[in-house]
Amino acid sequence: MRLSCPLCGPRDRREFYYYGSDDYLNRPHSDPQADASSGGWSDAWEDYLHLRDNPAGRLRDLWYHEGGCGAWLAVTRDTSTHQVFDVALVVDLKGKAGS
Amino acid sequence: MRYSGLKVLAQGVMGNRGWRPAWRTPAPKSEYDMIIIGGGGHGLATAYYLAKNHGITNIAVLEKGYLGSGNIGRNTTIVRANYFLPGNSEFYSHSLKLWEGLESDLNYNVMHSQRGLINLFHSDGQRDAFARRGNAMINQGDDAILLDREGVRSHLPYLDFEQTRFPIYGGLLHPRGGTARHDAVAWGYARGADQRGVDLIQNCEVTGIDIQNGRVTGVQTTRGPIRAKKVGMVAAGRSGQVAAMAGMRLPVESHILQAFVTEGLKPVIDHVVSFGMGHFYISQSDKGGLVFGGDLDFYASYAARGNLPMVEHVMEAGMTLMPMIGRAKVLRSWGGIMDMTPDGSPIIDKTAIEGLYIDCGWNYGGFKAVPASGWCMAHLMATDHPHEVARRFRLNRFATGHLLDEEGTGSQHNLH
Repeated sequence: MRLSCPLCGPRDRREFYYYGSDDYLNRPHSDPQADASSGGWSDAWEDYLHLRDNPAGRLRDLWYHEGGCGAWLAVTRDTSTHQVFDVALVVDLKGKAGS
Repeated sequence: MRYSGLKVLAQGVMGNRGWRPAWRTPAPKSEYDMIIIGGGGHGLATAYYLAKNHGITNIAVLEKGYLGSGNIGRNTTIVRANYFLPGNSEFYSHSLKLWEGLESDLNYNVMHSQRGLINLFHSDGQRDAFARRGNAMINQGDDAILLDREGVRSHLPYLDFEQTRFPIYGGLLHPRGGTARHDAVAWGYARGADQRGVDLIQNCEVTGIDIQNGRVTGVQTTRGPIRAKKVGMVAAGRSGQVAAMAGMRLPVESHILQAFVTEGLKPVIDHVVSFGMGHFYISQSDKGGLVFGGDLDFYASYAARGNLPMVEHVMEAGMTLMPMIGRAKVLRSWGGIMDMTPDGSPIIDKTAIEGLYIDCGWNYGGFKAVPASGWCMAHLMATDHPHEVARRFRLNRFATGHLLDEEGTGSQHNLH
């Protein structure tokens, strides 16, 4: 499997570190007042850290180009066929993904 | 039909014309007391123990393919009870005890072979960790022996003791660990459940879960709707899709784990051996093939095949540990879909929906757990209370912070 890094071009899968689905882009905002009463925990954190749609099909997930440019990438691909549809820089998604 | 040596002899004399199918192929009824979604090892074991331990026999096991077509037939067949954390330790200990009585219980030869498992260690720190794990195993009532380098050499003279990159300091021997014939486990449980009246329904995919007023009332399938008072979801790597039919999101991400087998060889590896400095574990099947595997491919996938970098890594690890296998030809490699949780431990619990239960999150350790998983899931579905040895396998433990992170690798699904 290869991923086409927007900065480096097509690169071997071994250059990339896998993090998980793009739920990780939706980091909950901390709210000191609410956190004081809830102990800092909320369902938003459960969604962010643990719960996954886990689709057999189209998924957008996060990869780190560890052995290359060091960019975080959002890869849209099919988990059943390993076909890659799109690779985008996470930095370009900021503000569009709810984070 | 009860199997016995005498039966084999008599059938042999009579040309083996008297064997009958090991289970029926019934059409689904319109209603059952309980439905199990998933006819793999865990689902079949659940049905078997519901019937045997709790006398509940009006059950259907619904399998979208054929029985045992998933991970039960794809694993590296290792059976062990070498867990450390309270919650895991007593569960796998219970499972190993069930394994030891499984063949006589099922009247089925699952070829359970307690050939001993040796986990190698390669540094002082790793030795300390393994000594501690061994003590935990002994405290749990299981067996563990800490071997030094010469002790390992006496068991495994074929390892490369000369290489200096990952020197072998010793190993933790778990004499009651071993292997079993994985398909036979599914078949044995299927036959045992069928004999007790459970309907095993193959080629029957669940397409919907019916819920009314927060209570499960049945399922929709490719063979029509079936009503039931209680439904158990036991779908391993496909748990996410099954739970989604009930409107649930699970703390599970599905990943691929590859396994490999070589051509048949004369007996050469007597134990189950795992390498402590690269993810590699190996045993030899009774047919002679070397069965081995490594780590996940590390990215979420439902393709039941792996990618080449992990093939290369597994081969490298194997060659580093035991160069003698370099001439063996790999016959096949394949992948299984692992339901990975954020702490590497499983889930056997009720859901927020009345009458709906879930057994999933077996990561890549589900095979050895099959007997206890079925035992505890059956207990939960029959009594509505968690079984004592599975009480910590809660669905909400990630939210409450009661994680069972055996490897201490943190809250990321692919790191366990």
